[in-house]
Amino acid sequence: MSIFEYAPAPESRAIVSLKPSYGLFIGGEFVDGSGSFKSISPSSEEVLAEVAEASEADVDRAVAAARKAYEQVWGKMSGAERAKYLFRIARIIQERGRELAVLESLDNGKPIRESRDVDIPLVAAHFFYYAGWADKLDHAGFGASPRPLGVAGQIIPWNFPLLMLAWKIAPALACGNTVVLKPAETTPLTALLFAEICQQAELPPGVVNILTGAGAAGAALVAHPDVDKVAFTGSTEVGRIIARTVAGTNKRVTLELGGKAANIVFEDAPVDQAVEGIVNGIFFNQGHVCCAGSRLLVQESISEEVLESLKRRMSTLRVGDPLDKNTDIGAINSAEQLARIKELTAAGEQEGAEAWSPPCELPSRGFWFRPTIFTGVSQAHRIAREEIFGPVLSVLTFRTPAEAVEKANNTPYGLSAGIWTEKGSRILAVADQLRAGVVWANTFNKFDPTSPFGGYKESGYGREGGRHGLEAYLAH
Amino acid sequence: MPTKDAQPARLAVRKTYKLFIGGAFPRSESGRSYVVSDAKGNFVANAAQASRKDARDAVLAARGAVAKWSGATAYNRGQILYRIAEMLEGRRDQFIAELRTFGLSAAAAVSEVDASIDRWVWYAGWSDKIAQVVGGANPVAGPFFNLSAPEATGVVAIVAPAEPALLGLVGVVAPAIVTGNTVVVVASPDRPLPAITLAEVLATSDLPGGVVNLLTGSPAEIAPWLASHADVNALDLTGVTDHGLAKELEVAAADTLKRVVRPAAVDWSADPGIARMTAFLETKTVWHPKSFEGAKGSAY
Repeated sequence: MSIFEYAPAPESRAIVSLKPSYGLFIGGEFVDGSGSFKSISPSSEEVLAEVAEASEADVDRAVAAARKAYEQVWGKMSGAERAKYLFRIARIIQERGRELAVLESLDNGKPIRESRDVDIPLVAAHFFYYAGWADKLDHAGFGASPRPLGVAGQIIPWNFPLLMLAWKIAPALACGNTVVLKPAETTPLTALLFAEICQQAELPPGVVNILTGAGAAGAALVAHPDVDKVAFTGSTEVGRIIARTVAGTNKRVTLELGGKAANIVFEDAPVDQAVEGIVNGIFFNQGHVCCAGSRLLVQESISEEVLESLKRRMSTLRVGDPLDKNTDIGAINSAEQLARIKELTAAGEQEGAEAWSPPCELPSRGFWFRPTIFTGVSQAHRIAREEIFGPVLSVLTFRTPAEAVEKANNTPYGLSAGIWTEKGSRILAVADQLRAGVVWANTFNKFDPTSPFGGYKESGYGREGGRHGLEAYLAH
Repeated sequence: MPTKDAQPARLAVRKTYKLFIGGAFPRSESGRSYVVSDAKGNFVANAAQASRKDARDAVLAARGAVAKWSGATAYNRGQILYRIAEMLEGRRDQFIAELRTFGLSAAAAVSEVDASIDRWVWYAGWSDKIAQVVGGANPVAGPFFNLSAPEATGVVAIVAPAEPALLGLVGVVAPAIVTGNTVVVVASPDRPLPAITLAEVLATSDLPGGVVNLLTGSPAEIAPWLASHADVNALDLTGVTDHGLAKELEVAAADTLKRVVRPAAVDWSADPGIARMTAFLETKTVWHPKSFEGAKGSAY
């Protein structure tokens, strides 16, 4: 099946004006770091900007700035005043939304349709939501006068750079904490633009500090003795290291880690909708989603029909320029991630599963991977157990609801799951038995600032979003 | 209790203090026991000294009990916790005597036993209320039903505080099990008798076997096996007083990302609050589209 011809509809880059180089954002100002590295666009390998690399000494400086701001300004400020700063930030994010969306797509490789319609609106919504909590914490159910923790060290991944920043910074600030945030090495630019937004909002210096850098800077931040709270989103492997590092200290920790979600399709499911949900579940954001529906569990009686329909739908997916408004699947975020996806898909074929991808041309420069499904997958296969974090779906079948639940739960992860069936009672019964923090029934990959997000088991602990998300930043 | 009379009118029948695993009272598979002494240093009993194998058996029993206990209705769990309070009340004098053996004054022993009974009653009432307090509907910006509800974390391994031997034990066990978790508890090493007698209460309260498993012995020996056990979901270190051991246990727990409650000084007579319950709860959030047409017309 051939793809309809579309004229390219590129979003203009003119709205983004990048500086050639960026410093670290400490104490309200951009300052020189100890080293530097380049952030490239994964869709073209073009160098977008040079950014400072934070050293241990820089982490010290940033934590000191955050401590000072906490003790002298932010920790003492009334909730109502903190709220107004956060509302200001939310408004500026809306005002500069297109600029942020274009920069996010440039730096991350995700389609502009997603950065523009999902990421950035959710970022603004998150700041609005937590702004409103800042002067209502007495009523949040964490005691009469809950106190902030102090300085939060926050480390975020590259898959939703600005959205993960919002998930971390908005509740921390609303509760009266100050933060030192380290964006991912490959996607630092929207965090630096956010630093400019903090300046525009006249946020007191030191309340938000942004340290660009790699794993070493993150490790120094986690281990820093003057950090009261560590919040991390990323791999389960790094999550374990963080949990070990903070053992024996008084640091509070929340971890949002990996996943291997089952998307369960029962025989009475509305097939067209389920196929859209499967596609959304695994190909949204190139599958760089910790809660991606990366294991399709389809009831045996309809597996052929679903697979045929899925393949047809996949043939219409457009892979290419992230800034083209028609693009469905953008670039893989980095050469390193592409290598990881290739390693796991090669293992899938070696172990006997069968790969299928629609014919599609990939750009010659940049990092790309075709949307891929594997059939004939067994539960023991690496592609059924390990997080691929790419546009790769493993398809397994089941006969009974009990078998579906058993297979869905047969993983150390427990972040999310999907259920597709017309039967309400079955949805509720299956949802009850799935060991996962978020269950999407007849939908998938929905996010909202009011809705708590986070995992069971080795997908981490703590919740982000909603009233629940306040708990991570309050002493109680 | 052994008596000190030179020529007792009747020789007392002593109790063998054993472990409590899966609803049964086995000796330690290691065959070991250790001497428990009263406040004056006199022999009281040979308590079972639990081993690694006992700890693993206890985890197995606890894991096996999760589905039934967490799947029971909140009302039913509340009824059973209240039943525990009733059974404890019935053995009030026995617990007072045991606590006095370890040097508590009559008034202090009465106060601790009464507080322990009342604590079970307090937690019994929480079983069908905690979900309403910590869960609820989320007003998402779209046509979706969205509900967050708490669920039990699973198997919780607990190092109970050495003192108060009964109230401290109740104070860590009740908040974990009332929400549907099952537990493996390392009891106070020097004062294990109230724990084992509490096990007799639990065994006669309709609490399913395996929901509470009690081990006596050395926390420093047993707890590391629990902290590193992949089938344990959470670790309560409240009773650990050695900072080095606490850190070692928390490091071991990180391998499977167990939820960890760190050691802390606790005023067991104060209102416990809900933090001990929420520490061993997961939040599950379920989304569903709202539509007149059913899923077929859903806004996926």
